[in-house]
Amino acid sequence: MIQLQNVEKVYRTATIETVALQQINLHIEKGEFLSIMGPSGCGKSTLLNVMGLLDAPSAGKVSIAGQTFERMSDKALAEFRNHTIGFIFQSYHLINDLPVIDNVELPLLYRGGISAAERRRLAKEALEKVGLSNRLKHFPSQLSGGQKQRVAIARAIVGQPQLILADEPTGNLDSAMGKEVLDILLRLNQDHQTTIVMVTHDEQMARRSHRLVRLFDGSQVS
Amino acid sequence: MLRNYLLITIAVLKRRKFFTFISLFGICFTLLILMVLAAFIDHILGAGYPEYNRGRSLYINRVELSDSTNSWHNISPASFYLLNTYLPTLKTPEKIAITSEFDFANAFVNNKKLALRLKFTNAGFWEVLRFNFIEGRPYTEKEIAEGARIVVLSAKTAEDYFGVSTGVVGKTIEAGSVNYRVVGVVKNVPATRLYSSADLYLPYSCSKKDLSKKEYTGNYIGILMAPSRAELKAMQAEFDAMSAKLVNIQQGELTKMDFSASTYLNSFSGTLFGGDSRIFYAIVVLFALLFMLLPSINLVNINMSRIIERASEIGVRKAFGASSKHLVMQFIAENIFITLIGGVLAFILTLITLYLINTSDIIAHSDLTINIKVFVVSLLMCLVFGLLSGVYPAWRMSKMQVTDALRGG
Repeated sequence: MIQLQNVEKVYRTATIETVALQQINLHIEKGEFLSIMGPSGCGKSTLLNVMGLLDAPSAGKVSIAGQTFERMSDKALAEFRNHTIGFIFQSYHLINDLPVIDNVELPLLYRGGISAAERRRLAKEALEKVGLSNRLKHFPSQLSGGQKQRVAIARAIVGQPQLILADEPTGNLDSAMGKEVLDILLRLNQDHQTTIVMVTHDEQMARRSHRLVRLFDGSQVS
Repeated sequence: MLRNYLLITIAVLKRRKFFTFISLFGICFTLLILMVLAAFIDHILGAGYPEYNRGRSLYINRVELSDSTNSWHNISPASFYLLNTYLPTLKTPEKIAITSEFDFANAFVNNKKLALRLKFTNAGFWEVLRFNFIEGRPYTEKEIAEGARIVVLSAKTAEDYFGVSTGVVGKTIEAGSVNYRVVGVVKNVPATRLYSSADLYLPYSCSKKDLSKKEYTGNYIGILMAPSRAELKAMQAEFDAMSAKLVNIQQGELTKMDFSASTYLNSFSGTLFGGDSRIFYAIVVLFALLFMLLPSINLVNINMSRIIERASEIGVRKAFGASSKHLVMQFIAENIFITLIGGVLAFILTLITLYLINTSDIIAHSDLTINIKVFVVSLLMCLVFGLLSGVYPAWRMSKMQVTDALRGG
């Protein structure tokens, strides 16, 4: 599903050069649930951003579902993300001005050929999967942290992507809520063969995934 | 998609009340001022009661005289003699109106003084200008020739003098120690229509001045009405030919004479800018453009701060598949929505402002109306500026990395 070859990411300013990733070689199978662990600042989120095509690598090659992206336009990248990848962020990144149902519909807005009624139906279905079908009209500010993250998961899965990238999805939640969120992700992985890459600090959670990759100072150590 | 944009727009407007107020105030105030100004310009220059025929009329409101050494130069309205002798020689005009400038007389009612503005006119005056007679009729050329002491009153004068505006035909009014029999009462004319507004309209034969005196300058104004707008040029040419001959005929100590006719707009702008109406229009358009720049710069600023505040939202949208075009479209939709709200508010406020001006005494008997054409053009310009002010910040944001946007810009 994902192939990273000699991926490097270097942030350059006028005075300083920071190496965030170096010589990352990773192959993730379709339907695999992979966890990435490592201390803060080791490059976990950067790696996830590169996999999610939110950030371009400084060197190396990224391939997702057999597709490479070196010469892809902004518009084509956006389309690819829309169809193939779903994102879950630690701080949810819900749009506070929109009700839950509209937040979940968001990825479908940018996918042509889906009617408003169909969008609504798919969004409701996604919210049912995360147990929030009774919160359609609520605004994010009216939800608990766990509920917000479940809305974010619904948003990530509404377009039925092959790949979900979750950046510390349980980082802001207590253990019970965190477990609940992880259960949903595991279920998605088992039931729909969705490939999931999750960045986490929690060893126990990471152990429940198929494989664990550790990073240290931008390099893969296991 | 549009529903999503609309929801966001309303939420943003509600959330940032101060910014919303500033945005709407800028758009609204600009449109309001432009609309009120346009209404004033329209009121002064446009065809309104009773000067509906301005579009096919030429005005003769001054004559310039000078001698060979330029030691004297005289600019003044024309004399009754000049207008009454030479204008009827023209073939193109359908009707010719001759009216004096304001003359003044006092009348007394119950020991209260009424200061009245008088106009001495010919019978053609009533045909060129389409007055609304509340009762009675205008005076005829025959009555003028007979020297009849008759008068047409404005409704306000009838009310001030007789206490009623109807049922006064046949009654007598004393003005300037002369008695006149009322033959008609007309609807009040706004004070800004200088050639048609008066309290008392009298036959020119009632004037105490000697109108038969062969002099060129005086205090009369002529209005030539062409059969149609298309024949205005022909009428102008005929007048100019007549005027040129007139100069040749009158020799002696007078060597130069400028006796010209021009459209209402040209005669108006001539007083201010030397006769070129293009300068007048250029100044008006330039003023409007400069004035509209204010809210657009304001909108650019507001949009920039709004968009930075919404960096995370933009990051999320981009992550989930929004292209730069989508984002630009979203901000355009938001700006159009805000501008339209401002436009509707401005329209309502303009109606209220014009109503207040019309019912106040700022301009006597004014009938300011909203100019829909100017409103639509101003609104379109606001939309264009709104679009530009939305596109630039959205374009800036579309250049930002998603990861940076998600971190909050």
